[in-house]
Amino acid sequence: MSWYYIEGILIQCGYVLMVVLGLSLLTGFAGLFSFGHAGFMAIGAYVSAICTTKFGLSFLPALLLGGVVAGVVGAGLGKLTLNLKGDYFCIATLGFGEAVRLILENWEYVGGARGISGIPWETNLKSVIIACAIGTLALMALVRSRHGRSIIAIREDELAAEMSGINTFRYKMIALIISAVYAGIGGGLLAHYMTYIQPKMFQMVKSTEYTIIVIFGGLGSVTGSIIGTFILTFLPEMLRSLDNWRLVIYGLAVIVIMVIRPRGLMGGVELGDIFRLPARRRAAKLAEERIKNMNGESAGEEAQR
Amino acid sequence: MNWKRLIGLLCAIMLLLSAVPVMAEEPIRIGWIGSLTGDSAVFGVNESSMIKMLVEETNAAGGILGRQVELFTYDTKGDANEAINATRRIIAQDKVCAILGPNASGQCIAIASVLEQMKVPDISTVATNPKVTLNYDEATGKFTTVKPYNFRICFTDPYQGAIAAGFAYDELNATKAAIFYDVSDDYSSGLTQFFEEIFTNKGGEIVVKEAFKSEDVEFKAQLTNILAANPDVLFLPCYYKQAALIAKQARELGIDAVLLGGDGWPSDQLFVMAKEALQGAYFVNHLDVNDPTFAELKTKFETKFNIPLDLNGFMAHDAYVTLVAAIEKAGSDDSEAIADALTEVTVQGVTGTIKLSKEDHNPIGKEGSITKIVGDGYEFVMKYGLGQ
Repeated sequence: MSWYYIEGILIQCGYVLMVVLGLSLLTGFAGLFSFGHAGFMAIGAYVSAICTTKFGLSFLPALLLGGVVAGVVGAGLGKLTLNLKGDYFCIATLGFGEAVRLILENWEYVGGARGISGIPWETNLKSVIIACAIGTLALMALVRSRHGRSIIAIREDELAAEMSGINTFRYKMIALIISAVYAGIGGGLLAHYMTYIQPKMFQMVKSTEYTIIVIFGGLGSVTGSIIGTFILTFLPEMLRSLDNWRLVIYGLAVIVIMVIRPRGLMGGVELGDIFRLPARRRAAKLAEERIKNMNGESAGEEAQR
Repeated sequence: MNWKRLIGLLCAIMLLLSAVPVMAEEPIRIGWIGSLTGDSAVFGVNESSMIKMLVEETNAAGGILGRQVELFTYDTKGDANEAINATRRIIAQDKVCAILGPNASGQCIAIASVLEQMKVPDISTVATNPKVTLNYDEATGKFTTVKPYNFRICFTDPYQGAIAAGFAYDELNATKAAIFYDVSDDYSSGLTQFFEEIFTNKGGEIVVKEAFKSEDVEFKAQLTNILAANPDVLFLPCYYKQAALIAKQARELGIDAVLLGGDGWPSDQLFVMAKEALQGAYFVNHLDVNDPTFAELKTKFETKFNIPLDLNGFMAHDAYVTLVAAIEKAGSDDSEAIADALTEVTVQGVTGTIKLSKEDHNPIGKEGSITKIVGDGYEFVMKYGLGQ
């Protein structure tokens, strides 16, 4: 494979990863399913593209602004819908994603269905690597912090979490906003890689694709999401020579993995944990033996008596 | 066993194998990308099959410049990002000298930056958005420079919209027009805008403008408004599926306006879905159905692949013959030389004489063929170009 081609796929992995990381926090850690992340992505893409094409802003501030606006919209959506439980929230996000696309289609200022063209080509391998590195580290730090544990507690049992004094609404809101910001930045990167955006690119299919990646990689695992992104972005490209069969094989591969590993590739485990696994097992064994010995000793003592 | 001899033999074989491609002349590699899966798969399959057939013919006749032609085709799912990946692959890995397709403006606009970086020309078949070949400045709302490696074989949305509006006003003597368009589709929005502009400039009036979405199948609500406005013509800038459904429902409601459409219409499905309702409707077409080359190509294609040949197949044919002429003119498979030659050749295609302009890389003076639906087939009405 030529490097130029691989580079293209890696850049795609990069902006997909930004969205997936955000979705991983919301779905994998907070336990809220979203089928509207393409909507946040669209907001990020359009805001940043408008900034660079119409107002001549440079790439970085435009990208950040895209993320911020997506976050603000996320907050608004959260305010209205986060009191909904389970499936209802999921349906609300689905509606949100479609609403964003329909608004963009009917809004002449942003070109309607014909979209915005002539966006400067700013997204390269360097910029996606930087964005993803910051995104990953920040997310890792968050899920390991006290706030991260609160978010996980909501996923495990919302009632119990509330009983232990966690403000569940607030933490769900935080997860949603951060998730929207990630998706917005991912959208901004996409816009400046494609140099052209139109509402058609942000259909619900895209939202489901990202949710599939998160589940495929394993809920509650940041590294799982990263591995999932790489596999599911590279796989269709690897299969390209198979023509029409490639999507069939792609679908089969996803089904097979989900049957073999129902919790996804890395469900609930981080890559680092796997490396530490032998050490942990050894430690556990040691502890077990010690307990056994202690029991043995006490048993012996009892016998002596 | 004599190891030395065996190794020696193996080396000799490897040397021979590696020498073979050097002895035989390298083939000329060309690429096609477009949707083979997804919403517009029908169009993509039509295009790729046509080009496959033509490449086989070229090779049987001795190839181009005495070299065989090798074709690479990739699916884009109708997705712009897939189109970028496919373009990167087809250029960097398969080393094609030129690309045909993809069959939608969105994808063509997205791959422009890759083409410019790799300096490989692309001839799109049915991408009608003006932004495909021209750079557009969003801040000023003006077209700036021509994109050096994007070409197209079809006329643009403004041109087609203008033809439809001109024909409606001048030839059908319509003064009141209604537009019913697909708001979620870029092609439909483009035609609508330019039809409206030209028709009102000529002195006509757009009495009502209604919109639907691609996935809609029920149009009665909007059609009721159109009925109330009582237009002379009803312009339906959409694809055949919606055109057929709308025509049927419009006639059921009692709208008797003349139906008028664009190049998204021609398909055999029209007759299957709404033959009665579409009788007497006009549409702007790229080709003259009376032309004998048209029938000849259609029979050849349909016997070979057993699928109906749509407009896309004809456009792919013309894109291919233009490319072949440009490669011959350039005298090599050097991408940049081909890009230069593309605007210098004049070719006779099935959709008319093709000469690409240096200024905007669009075909010059291509006339629309106004076609009327009569009985089970199309009837050629007249050539209609701008300036008439």
